[in-house]
Amino acid sequence: MAFSGNDCVIDFENVGLRYGLGPEILQDVSFSLAPGSFHFLIGPSGAGKSSLLKLMYLALKPSRGLITLFNRDIATTPRVDLPALRRRVGVVFQEFKLLRHLSAFDNVALPLRVAGISESDIRKHVAELLSWVGLQDHMRARPPTLSGGQQQRVAIARAVIAQPKILLADEPTGNVDDKMALRLIHLFEELNKLGTTVVIATHSELLVKRLGYPSMTLEDGRLTIKEGALEE
Amino acid sequence: MFARRTDLPLDRDTLSQFLPWLIAFMVYLASLALAGILIFGAMADRWNAGVSDTLTVQIAPAGNGESPAALDRRAKAALDLLRKTDGVALAEPVEEARILALLEPWLGPLGSAEDLPLPRLIDVQVGPGSDIDIKDLARRLDVVSPGATVDDNGVWLDRFVRLLRTVEAVAFLVLALIGSVTVGTVVFTTRTGLSIHQDAIEVLHLIGAQDAYIARQFASRAFSLGLKGGLIGLGLAAPTLFGIGWLAERMRSNLLPDEGLGGAQWLILALLPVAVAGIAMVTARLTVLRNLRRML
Repeated sequence: MAFSGNDCVIDFENVGLRYGLGPEILQDVSFSLAPGSFHFLIGPSGAGKSSLLKLMYLALKPSRGLITLFNRDIATTPRVDLPALRRRVGVVFQEFKLLRHLSAFDNVALPLRVAGISESDIRKHVAELLSWVGLQDHMRARPPTLSGGQQQRVAIARAVIAQPKILLADEPTGNVDDKMALRLIHLFEELNKLGTTVVIATHSELLVKRLGYPSMTLEDGRLTIKEGALEE
Repeated sequence: MFARRTDLPLDRDTLSQFLPWLIAFMVYLASLALAGILIFGAMADRWNAGVSDTLTVQIAPAGNGESPAALDRRAKAALDLLRKTDGVALAEPVEEARILALLEPWLGPLGSAEDLPLPRLIDVQVGPGSDIDIKDLARRLDVVSPGATVDDNGVWLDRFVRLLRTVEAVAFLVLALIGSVTVGTVVFTTRTGLSIHQDAIEVLHLIGAQDAYIARQFASRAFSLGLKGGLIGLGLAAPTLFGIGWLAERMRSNLLPDEGLGGAQWLILALLPVAVAGIAMVTARLTVLRNLRRML
């Protein structure tokens, strides 16, 4: 998908990534994502899906190439401006990364608190979203007391609470049953309809085929993009 | 600031639970050092201002059984000469009762000086800006009162004040060392906290928290721990200082100066916990900001 200049939210140009002195695990990755697009990121284990997502949510610097996020060249953007860019990117981490000592409510509230939103607004929005993901009875529960699926829903709620412009999710449906998986995907679709660009990394080809969104396939560190739905 | 909700469980760090006690120990030592600085500084200033421009002339009894009347005559001659000398603002004989009081710490209570060959002493106040040639004065005194000696109080006072200033400087050095150790302790504790909470900090970082947002949590915690430790330290130091003051009061004699902690000096000591808490807060903040700069 080729976009130029101001009409893409993420742009990768010949991006390569290596850890230390090891081999390049991502090679010449180039793509652009339009505002409001929806993509699946697929590929075998170890293909570099998580690494690609990390580059997209600014957890890693590329070894080479150019990354542009919201029309800002990341390499030349002052460090002090990066948090504001990160706040526009919601992330569902594969291992959830919930803060164990905080309640489900406080975990979900984190993005709003770091953005300086008032506590009254936080109370209203967080409670609403937690109810939506079926955790209205677990708001004060801490992550260790929640099941894997419940933790995943908390992680997803945290990723979407601030209505990010980009939503990146690493295996977001891996720990929930099919019914909840579809419900969560529906949440992503609702956000997407509101203009959020969504990228979901998944192993589930069934999910990709069923929903029919374009897919980005990583194999041996190289990325190919298929605009149409995968064939059944 | 103190009641601020924190995203990091800093209150559960084992090491940070020891920080108030370490700071309490430092503040305890710092209080003693600071009290020393305040007392010695005031003492040096007072003595310097009080007796720096004074001389003492001593007319000792001659070894041949000189009668008190003859000694008095020599003292009178010396007094007359001193009062006529340019630059002398005041010359007054020291009363016998005061001389006996000066000797009391060594010889015990003395009723009179009949059995003691006490010298006659004359206190001399040099006029402001006057520069008296001590050797010339001593020579002239020796003519009218053979054996009279001149003690320039400025000389021994200079030495004494220099000693006090040295002690004061050492106390400052001790205070600086205590400050350095406190800063080092806070740096170490903060770094340990950063290491323990690395995962949580990474999450905050990735969801868009500014470095200052994270640093504020460490700084607030360091301030409250520093204040707590500071108050404990000062609470322990106060009885010690009162105890030292009480002992000094009991031992008071002409050898020991009449110097103690006044209201203003206690106020300065009372500010020590706040100052230490402030140092801990700034140190923690700078340590966190410096460490976070390593992240993307």
